[in-house]
Amino acid sequence: MAQLICEDLSLGYEGKAILKDLNFQVEAGDYLCVVGENGSGKSTLMKTILGLRAPLGGRVLTGDGLKRTEIGYLPQQTAIQRDFPASVWEVVLSGCQGRRGLRPFYGRAEKALAAENIAKMGLTPLTKRCFRELAGGQQQRVLLARALCATGKMLLLDEPVSGLDPQVTGEMYDLIARLNGEDGITVIMISHDIDAALRYGSHILRVGGAVFFGTKEEYLTAAASGFGKGGDR
Amino acid sequence: MDALWEKLFLYFQYPFVRYALIVGVLIALCSSLLGVTLVLKRFSFIGDGLSHVAFGALAVATILDMSNEMPLVLVITVACAVLLLRTGQNAKIKGDAAIAMISVGSLAIGYLLMNLFSKSANISGDVCSTLFGSTSILTLTLPVVWLCIILSVIVVAVFILFYNKIFAVTFDEDFARAAGTKANGYNLLIAVIIAVIIVLAMNLVGSLLISALVIFPALSAMRLFKSFRSVTICSAVLSVACSLLGMVVSIVGGTPVGSTIVAVDIVVFALCYLIGMIPGGVRS
Ligand SMILES: Nc1ncnc2c1ncn2[C@@H]1O[C@H](COP(=O)(O)OP(=O)(O)O)[C@@H](O)[C@H]1O
Ligand SMILES: [Mg+2]
Repeated sequence: MAQLICEDLSLGYEGKAILKDLNFQVEAGDYLCVVGENGSGKSTLMKTILGLRAPLGGRVLTGDGLKRTEIGYLPQQTAIQRDFPASVWEVVLSGCQGRRGLRPFYGRAEKALAAENIAKMGLTPLTKRCFRELAGGQQQRVLLARALCATGKMLLLDEPVSGLDPQVTGEMYDLIARLNGEDGITVIMISHDIDAALRYGSHILRVGGAVFFGTKEEYLTAAASGFGKGGDR
Repeated sequence: MDALWEKLFLYFQYPFVRYALIVGVLIALCSSLLGVTLVLKRFSFIGDGLSHVAFGALAVATILDMSNEMPLVLVITVACAVLLLRTGQNAKIKGDAAIAMISVGSLAIGYLLMNLFSKSANISGDVCSTLFGSTSILTLTLPVVWLCIILSVIVVAVFILFYNKIFAVTFDEDFARAAGTKANGYNLLIAVIIAVIIVLAMNLVGSLLISALVIFPALSAMRLFKSFRSVTICSAVLSVACSLLGMVVSIVGGTPVGSTIVAVDIVVFALCYLIGMIPGGVRS
């Protein structure tokens, strides 16, 4: 069974649908890139998958041993409070929140996990620094470390490279590719950048206008024929 | 100087002065804990609105001639906190508008009720002291002191137990919810604690000045420290110190308790602001 299945999913705000009848599934180890214009509903799709919004129709299923709350989420920027006083350590440790359940304090296992993910993201020297004073790329890596504390299985990344300069962007993409390739973590990434999507992704979901879902190769074939002149799949 | 110490020593002989100091310290401690959350979650308006509700509730309790007003005020304020949070999430009436309606409404009704039904000869004096606190801290009775102590202990215990959840929900609500944290429940918890703190703090500084007690220590601490834990601890220490100093000054100088404490808070904030501007100042 697939890790994530979206069945006839419709989503939007206040009863008005932005996206209709989406059907796709994600298997363990896939790297799905979600592309589409600004405002086409990519972030809304993420929130619906995470259960932050109820779908207008259809349903989201998880399987293959994945629980809905075991998805690591990296929100689109600016959602995080600009002037929040928090250290890198505090932010990453808060990713262990879900596995803590109702127990109030973090234990040794959580602290070890946070330290491990900080090291994995190359942030160890910054552990005590203030989150809001870091550079954009460093902040994104902190949030990625936090997401990794919440999951070992699936990451949802909402435009993880927006606002980063080209070099840092490349590093970020490589880091994500390693998590996918070496650690076998399923990745669903929203991206503006179709070239990067084709370079790193194994599957492509295009929303807004002609909806497309398929492997990268299928996408290239379909793109060559102009998506069957706008026809839906 | 000796005369000053003698005067203080003399004052401390009186139990009501000691009560005032105990209650003042506890209230200052509680009110500072949620300051950061309030400021960052843009909940400060809820705090402001609720303090006006507490004023209205106190007016009702006064005309009902209750011996201990606090329980009734507490119930009404907590109920309004829940209500405000619910309407805040409802798109029909905008959150701010709902808060403005409830807060201005309670002020008006409270004043009206006091004028219509009060048996006191000095209505404007009564109103002034509920709004600004004046000397009411020195007239605390033993039951009120105990209620304050119990509520403070509860507030501090709940804050410590839920410290990590409160951090998560304040820092990034979406992430917390995605990880399965019941963010709405914790928002409700925060609102209820705020309501309790407001009712407590009304005894110290009066209903118009409560927000200052909640917000200034947090803002001061945020100028100095950069992690949530150090900011929280620093704001608790600053708040207690400012309140103690303010109370002593007000006892010695005969100034109104509430506004003196707030004045000390403002001076400390200005100092922290300046220290925070020094590059490479206090860190961690
Ligand atoms: N909270 C909201 N209430 C109503 N409409 C919204 C809300 N958030 C986003 N929208 C609308 O939904 C559409 C899709 O938004 P979004 O999912 O953020 O797009 P994307 O991430 O693809 O840029 C946009 O037209 C936006 O205006
Ligand atoms: Mg978006």
